[in-house]
Amino acid sequence: MILIRGTVRRCGLLLFVLMASLPGVSSGGSLERFAGLEGKIDIAGGTAHIPVMNDAAKNVMDANPKIRITVAGGGSGIGVQKVGEGLVDIGNTGRALSKEEAEKYGLKSFPFAVDGVAVIVHPENSVKELSSQQVRDIFAGTITNWKQVGGQDAGIHLFTRDEASGTREVFWEKCLKKGATANTANVVPSNGAMKVAVAQDKSAIGYAGIGHVDATVKAVYLDGVVPTQENAMDGSYSVVRKLYMNTKGEPSRLVQAFIDYILSPEGAEITRKHGYIPISR
Amino acid sequence: MFACNGNVETFVLFRLSDKSEKWIEWILLIATCISAVAIIAILSLLVAFCLPLFTLGRIRGVLSSQWQPSGGYFGILPMCAGSLALSLLALSIAFPAAMGICTLLHVLARGVFNRFLLATVRFMTGIPTVVYGFVSVFLLVPPMREWLGAGTGFSLLTAAFTLSLLILPTIVLVLHARLEQIDPILRLASEALGLTPIQQMRHVLFPVASRGMVVAAVLGMGRAIGDTLISLMVAGNAPQFPVSLYHSIRTLTAHVALVVATDSRSMAYQSVFAAGLGLFLVTGLITLFIRKSGKAGREVRREKGF
Repeated sequence: MILIRGTVRRCGLLLFVLMASLPGVSSGGSLERFAGLEGKIDIAGGTAHIPVMNDAAKNVMDANPKIRITVAGGGSGIGVQKVGEGLVDIGNTGRALSKEEAEKYGLKSFPFAVDGVAVIVHPENSVKELSSQQVRDIFAGTITNWKQVGGQDAGIHLFTRDEASGTREVFWEKCLKKGATANTANVVPSNGAMKVAVAQDKSAIGYAGIGHVDATVKAVYLDGVVPTQENAMDGSYSVVRKLYMNTKGEPSRLVQAFIDYILSPEGAEITRKHGYIPISR
Repeated sequence: MFACNGNVETFVLFRLSDKSEKWIEWILLIATCISAVAIIAILSLLVAFCLPLFTLGRIRGVLSSQWQPSGGYFGILPMCAGSLALSLLALSIAFPAAMGICTLLHVLARGVFNRFLLATVRFMTGIPTVVYGFVSVFLLVPPMREWLGAGTGFSLLTAAFTLSLLILPTIVLVLHARLEQIDPILRLASEALGLTPIQQMRHVLFPVASRGMVVAAVLGMGRAIGDTLISLMVAGNAPQFPVSLYHSIRTLTAHVALVVATDSRSMAYQSVFAAGLGLFLVTGLITLFIRKSGKAGREVRREKGF
């Protein structure tokens, strides 16, 4: 399944690159900004950004072989540190910068996508809907059995994310309202690991970016609202965050061109393809 | 016997000229100095980074038993306990298993099976940690959840099983190498006394190899306590004391990995260096302890006599 999807994606990408390299095709327009530029862009930080960055980097490098772009992960915290210390050109974060961070390093933020954070459970879990109060109580450890929220008689297995996670920060602020998380909760280090953990455990509850949610897990309705990117965009689903690219001071011409490309209609298409809602200029 | 011949040949190769030997001596000396300096540098760097904790009187906060950064609690004691419990448990699973495997290798198994066993153990040393972690998440965690009937399957016991698999080849190979060195005359003598293979192993070979056993245990323990990925992927990472085998725990290494990416001016980030220092000290203490207890044993004296 993954193989097929990968192949389809690769074919799509190939087609995309072919179209981009044909003169006169309209989509080639966004890549023209790289003409005459050369150099290297290093990108690191938020893990949610990686698929978008990778695809965009590939298109740019195919269009202009003189440009090299590297993409690494590490999490939002790493993104801030690395770009702040001048180790990379773009540091990605899945949350807005704190005032201290922005001031300390003189960082400039470029939001390019919106991503909701959904509460996820095992697909066979009979619970379809939770109120945000119930979610708060579950994560605080006061509700410990699925039966208390209308499910089967089984202990609730809590999964949360690490300290540096942008997903955790948004979930903690906007869904848990900065409430405590029980110390018994398992901690997983990425959106992918969260999905794997919840997909395997019938009693599990966790949270992940909506862009990551697929058939292996079930996103529950929160206060009666379906967690979809559409609802996240129009504001009816409130647990949302933006994905940011950050640079130290004003970006160089090359880096600016890359950021413009991500924000262009073509970049927005890549963002949408990976399950996020693009913010275009 | 095969390995023995190989050793002799390499030995001869190195003895070709005195000049090359001097070179080797120099290279080894430089390597030793670099390692020693590196360790001292790491220790002093950790202490330097920890200094703000001491001077600002925050050390008591770090040496407390609750980790809840949003509530202002930064205690790393549960992680210290988690690291100790996990590595001791893994060692207590892997060490007896390694002794069993060595018994098979040296007195019980013969021919093809022996070679196959040794090849398997050697192959195991080459498997990356992440593979063990990944396979455990899919193959070991779900059955552990079902069998234990409590907890999420991400637990102290699950991680200990996986970790023991990781450190097993290290222990087996060190012990095996030591047993290989033992004089064949000793074996002949013990065989002539009419000892069964198991008795030979128990009363002659293992006691003589006690020094090797200590080294094997130290190396195994070092790997166990220093491993990050397996505990990060399988142990569950809940910052609580390891009170039961099926509870989720967090080790110092996993803690550092989880917290190091946070805002570099936060208290949580500073406490990571305390965790690093703690890890360093715990490893050092264990090494010291095992070496001390190994020396105290009567077997060593016998080995010296031999």
